[in-house]
Amino acid sequence: MSWGSVSAFLAMGGYAGFVWGSYGVTVLCIAAEVMLLMARERRLKRALRA
Amino acid sequence: MNINWFKYSSPQTFYPLAGKLAPWFFAAAALFAVWGLYIGFFAAPTDAQQGEAYRIIFIHVAAAWMSMFIYVVMAFWAGIGLAFNTRLSSMMASALAPTGALMTFIALWTGSLWGKPMWGAWWVWDARLTSELILLFLYIGFMALQASIDDPRRADKAGAVIALVGVVNVPIIYFSVKWWNTLHQGASVSLTRSPSMASIMLSGMLLMALAFWMYSIAITLIRVRCIILERERNSDWVKHMRRLAS
Repeated sequence: MSWGSVSAFLAMGGYAGFVWGSYGVTVLCIAAEVMLLMARERRLKRALRA
Repeated sequence: MNINWFKYSSPQTFYPLAGKLAPWFFAAAALFAVWGLYIGFFAAPTDAQQGEAYRIIFIHVAAAWMSMFIYVVMAFWAGIGLAFNTRLSSMMASALAPTGALMTFIALWTGSLWGKPMWGAWWVWDARLTSELILLFLYIGFMALQASIDDPRRADKAGAVIALVGVVNVPIIYFSVKWWNTLHQGASVSLTRSPSMASIMLSGMLLMALAFWMYSIAITLIRVRCIILERERNSDWVKHMRRLAS
């Protein structure tokens, strides 16, 4: 499948908001989970070292 | 070949093992995600009926599968913890819940964004959607209940009851499209319509499911390490490790 152009790819055949809204929120959720957990781990280790 | 599996059922020995395994599962998740997304966006053709909107399927189905699977695994570990009073199994159950809730949210969110262009509604109260929403509430209920009880052992027991009772909901979600007349049809993207198209879509979906699976294992291992440290911070082995680290 070739999209022809980057803008065609981004437009997703008119469903851009739905497709990128799905993928974007999924990426945000996963990034948030990883960052929150890393912060929790850092906090814990700092508290243990003190 | 005599591996003592019970050795790994103690938090003390599982802690370093989980730390060693997690990066490999993250790497596997990234690999499957790149591969799956390549197939999903570049190899898989446009759907005849749904146009490009169907590409939501690659995360929607993967997240929905994981939301149900994680719940079953969580209930399993919670049940083992309740029956045998094993600390690590209960910690595993607690570590799985937030990721399970996240997967459920992703399944509902992407489903909503898929439902709007295809059905004309963000949300309908049909069996599949409602039972998946109940799953989200079960995860949240499990976490809220555990957070509200100070004694971790009692929190484990109370959580296990909610997890085990709630497990009835999983087959209801799974079979809801068969048992009731729902708007959520499995036929919108038919895997039998055209063999070449079907197999490429299916492989993209399976790869994304694998990616989510690997990610869930990795993040749960990291979270269970945090829970182990939180609960065992006054034990000798944590104090010993602390001395070694400083």
